[in-house]
Amino acid sequence: MEVKILSAKFDIKNSNKLKTAKKHGAYQTLEKLFSMEPAEVIEEVKNSGLRGRGGAGFPAGVKWSFLPKDTGKPVYLAVNSDESEPATFKDRYILVKDPHMMIEGIIICSYAIGSHDTYIYVRGEYTTQVKVLQAAIDEAYKAGYLGEKVAGHDFRLDVTVHRGAGAYVCGEETALLESIEGRKGQPRSKPPFPAVSGLYGCPTIINNVQSIASLPFIMQEGADAYKAYGTEKSPGTHLFGISGHVEKPGLYELPLGLPILEVIDKVAGGVWKGRKLKAVIPGGSSTPVLLPEEAATTTLDYESMAEHKTMFGSGGIVVLDETVNIVELVQNLINFYHHESCGQCTPCREGLGWMKKITQKILKGEGSMADIDLLRELCDNIEMKTVCVLSAACTMPVRSYLDKFRHEFEAYVTANEPLVAEATEE
Amino acid sequence: MSDRSQLISTGEPFQFDKKRDAEFERLAKRYPTRESMILPALWLTQEQEGWVSQEAIAYIADRIGTFASKVYEAATFYTMYNLHPMGKYHICVCRTLSCWLRGKQEIVDYLRDEVGITPGNQTEDGRFSLEEVECLGHCGTAPVVQINGEFYENMDVEKLKSLLATLK
Repeated sequence: MEVKILSAKFDIKNSNKLKTAKKHGAYQTLEKLFSMEPAEVIEEVKNSGLRGRGGAGFPAGVKWSFLPKDTGKPVYLAVNSDESEPATFKDRYILVKDPHMMIEGIIICSYAIGSHDTYIYVRGEYTTQVKVLQAAIDEAYKAGYLGEKVAGHDFRLDVTVHRGAGAYVCGEETALLESIEGRKGQPRSKPPFPAVSGLYGCPTIINNVQSIASLPFIMQEGADAYKAYGTEKSPGTHLFGISGHVEKPGLYELPLGLPILEVIDKVAGGVWKGRKLKAVIPGGSSTPVLLPEEAATTTLDYESMAEHKTMFGSGGIVVLDETVNIVELVQNLINFYHHESCGQCTPCREGLGWMKKITQKILKGEGSMADIDLLRELCDNIEMKTVCVLSAACTMPVRSYLDKFRHEFEAYVTANEPLVAEATEE
Repeated sequence: MSDRSQLISTGEPFQFDKKRDAEFERLAKRYPTRESMILPALWLTQEQEGWVSQEAIAYIADRIGTFASKVYEAATFYTMYNLHPMGKYHICVCRTLSCWLRGKQEIVDYLRDEVGITPGNQTEDGRFSLEEVECLGHCGTAPVVQINGEFYENMDVEKLKSLLATLK
């Protein structure tokens, strides 16, 4: 089931080094790139159907075409490597295993959108990773792939790594821009969207690491070769991170559209310790949970996820075995989002705090049925009433747990004990 | 949301050493505004001193040509900036979803019972400090522990025990 497009060099020793990367094809698309018109490049990426791999799934080429023409202002590219959504760990592999693929992607994107300055926003926790990335950028400068004349062509490109410092919210496009500008990461109201007014008030494109890293393949092999993978509406491949209660957790590159349960069984070795499956989180902690019977008909693409009232998200699949205490899990999630609220909007700053307190109360056995209803009501009253979607990233999954596992919350109220299965051991 | 607001004064003036000074100047050329240097300057400070003092905030503000309150805003908002000295070995245990599912609590319990540190505190000899942090992006190799920036994956109590023994 696995394919090797983005991960083609991941198993090669020293694949982060320019010499090795070049031996395996890095920077070979640049001659073709500079022989094309920028508009043709955008068209090719549009045709590939590549969708933003940060979580929202917006078509990358379409995003680029929102840039206003001839504003007289510089155009900026910000590469989003904040990767902080729990269960997401894919971009890290690109930074460490194949940074030159990303740099090549940056060159392709910059040429297409007419940008000469890129900022790669890397989450602060990626300390060792950022060193590998910076070393690759330094090598690319020395070899003339970055700087005044990219690969000898009349095109300047500077790439700067900007380190975050521990704020999940900075993965949100406009919070990321605020952070580069030196402020606390509080998202901006939209419109204007960054394509019109972004970094330093200039037109800005923000793309996820994996989206950018997908570009060399599309340039090299063409849009049709990319579309040969995946489904009609969700073309291409994705780096899926599978974690939680499976035998073989890890990162796997797969075409989109595969059945999620088959992937869990065949690729990740199935539920660990011979236990039963309780639920699946399909695309990062903010995506609504799927029961086994729902997961049975779900495939790993944007459309199937939407049909099942959840989201493709970041491709971070979490498998929950039968012993998981859902109320404790919900507490863990609310703690995360409450901790990461930037504090700008009252419904999020205060509301997530209330949700945390109510869940604590239920867990202590001090809750009532009305508290469960209140928790559910809070979800509806917080969601979409804030500048960004951080609060929804908490309320959407919590609502799904309340609706699908309400009996577990009620057990705390009626019997003051968790309703969790004993492990079926092998 | 963070409740970090107190700065500590060392009573000594702060400045970048030669290496950080050069790195500051190199990076400053990459941004069209000076204020974009606030986060990088805080990182350089922390690399040099291990934490960010009141004097460092004033120095950065001067160096950038902005108000100290703007540097303070960033230093207190972003949780990775240490606003007080940490242990010689600063241990971060990931507490979020996948690490929680795969046994991070056993690690935290071990550190409490056998090493004598609880989250937010240090050992008396200043050797270890501990923090429970949110998702570190290593969910496929959970649970994960980060010590002074280095990641240790697929951790368990036995592995942690032998690791800590090597950290003198």
